[in-house]
Amino acid sequence: MIALVDYGAGNVGSVLKAVQYLGYPATPVSSPELLAEAEKIILPGQGHFGAMMKALAERRLLAELRKRIGVGTPYLGICLGLQALYESSEEAPGVAGLGLLCGTVIRFRVLPKVPQVGWNQLRIRADGGLFKDIADGSFVYFCHSFFGPVTPESVAVTEYGETYAAAVQKENAWAVQFHPEKSGDVGLRVLGNFLELP
Amino acid sequence: MFAKRIIPCLDCKDGRVVKGIQFVNLRDAGDPGELAAVYNREGADELVMLDISASREGRATLMDTVNRVARKLFIPLTVGGGVRTLEDGRRLLGAGSDKVAINTAAVETPELITELAERFGSQAVVVAIDARRTRGQETGNSKLEIRNSKIEVLHTIRDVVPVSNFRVPVSAPPPEGPAATNWTVVTYGGTRPTGLDAVEWARRVEKLGCGEILLTSMDADGTQAGFDCVLTATISHAVHIPVIASGGAGGPEHFAEVFLRGAADAALAASIFHYETHTIRSLKEYLRARGVPVRLG
Repeated sequence: MIALVDYGAGNVGSVLKAVQYLGYPATPVSSPELLAEAEKIILPGQGHFGAMMKALAERRLLAELRKRIGVGTPYLGICLGLQALYESSEEAPGVAGLGLLCGTVIRFRVLPKVPQVGWNQLRIRADGGLFKDIADGSFVYFCHSFFGPVTPESVAVTEYGETYAAAVQKENAWAVQFHPEKSGDVGLRVLGNFLELP
Repeated sequence: MFAKRIIPCLDCKDGRVVKGIQFVNLRDAGDPGELAAVYNREGADELVMLDISASREGRATLMDTVNRVARKLFIPLTVGGGVRTLEDGRRLLGAGSDKVAINTAAVETPELITELAERFGSQAVVVAIDARRTRGQETGNSKLEIRNSKIEVLHTIRDVVPVSNFRVPVSAPPPEGPAATNWTVVTYGGTRPTGLDAVEWARRVEKLGCGEILLTSMDADGTQAGFDCVLTATISHAVHIPVIASGGAGGPEHFAEVFLRGAADAALAASIFHYETHTIRSLKEYLRARGVPVRLG
């Protein structure tokens, strides 16, 4: 079962639509019991870092998520689902992230228009995996004010006044800052690549 | 490279796409589902659907049209027209829209902007501002002159001034001071002037939690004589959120102007695309050749 983590404020609907369009069954999941049965987990994050971590904790999803990632269940975080992998975020000081990646998520500081809303290019640093058959320089759709710093786990980076992590991978945990469900054919291919992973 | 967005607009009435000349004479330009699929294939960066008669007639937005359009669309979809309550917004987002556009209701109940933003996030809240010039004659487009709020195309200078000449002032300073142009916000499909200053209103909706502004020049709308670059640049420089320019697109050169001189983050048009006068792909190729960053798949 492919679980779409539903914590009450994410964009589960559009990700579900895209996954189903690709021919995979997926289930919105809001209980830890159901999450424990997942073969793959997608966290379509949206909104506020602190609010998401709180909502995940309140639904007892946070501990289960940590556990599933720990035992090797393939995970795909989207948008805030990427930011959640860092230790913390400027958006919610004092709220802990999952801490798989070192560093703090910060706000864009250089360009006058924040959030970044629109299409930007991927500089792919690690072929294969999520980016199988995707050309370097492909455009994907972003909508965010905060970003994760580049780390050794950044498999793609993007520039918006400053360079940030557009996609990350640490073992079985993948995440993208952009919205694959809103990024046309390229986005569908990224989602398809994750769904095809063994 | 962060791309400027090209956004086709489907003005819908009774489940069909229509486009009026200055919102009055409507002509049928096709089925929304079909058009959405075509635009998606051609490389549209987003899609906007506006139920243009909703505010005037108090009619609910066509939920099943949204559903049908959204089902096979994997680019962002904004829907507007007749959104008056949090519940209206929730239903549209539930039907598959990614963002909701509010116009008249935002002016009458500004707290709705904040309520929508708090519930669904700022990224889902687009405030549509219809602005009409109240003082000053300069539209930033020498083809237009205003007489009694009515636009007349006086003469065509297309191709006389090469667009490349417009390239330099990407961040043209907004006009300031007592001689500066004023625009008032109009509501109910452009029929009711509110007395609100458009620049002040833009700043205010940003503070209230709006994520993007869809800015329509009521003077330029329907003329196909070019966007109002002065209005667009003035609003774009006044806020920190993206501004989508709308109203007046007639040819590729108008898009180049509004990106290079109007500081627009995105540009929206309807009829220019509906009648296949220009394809999105050919427009983007034109823009790229003139130094405008665009997404070409």
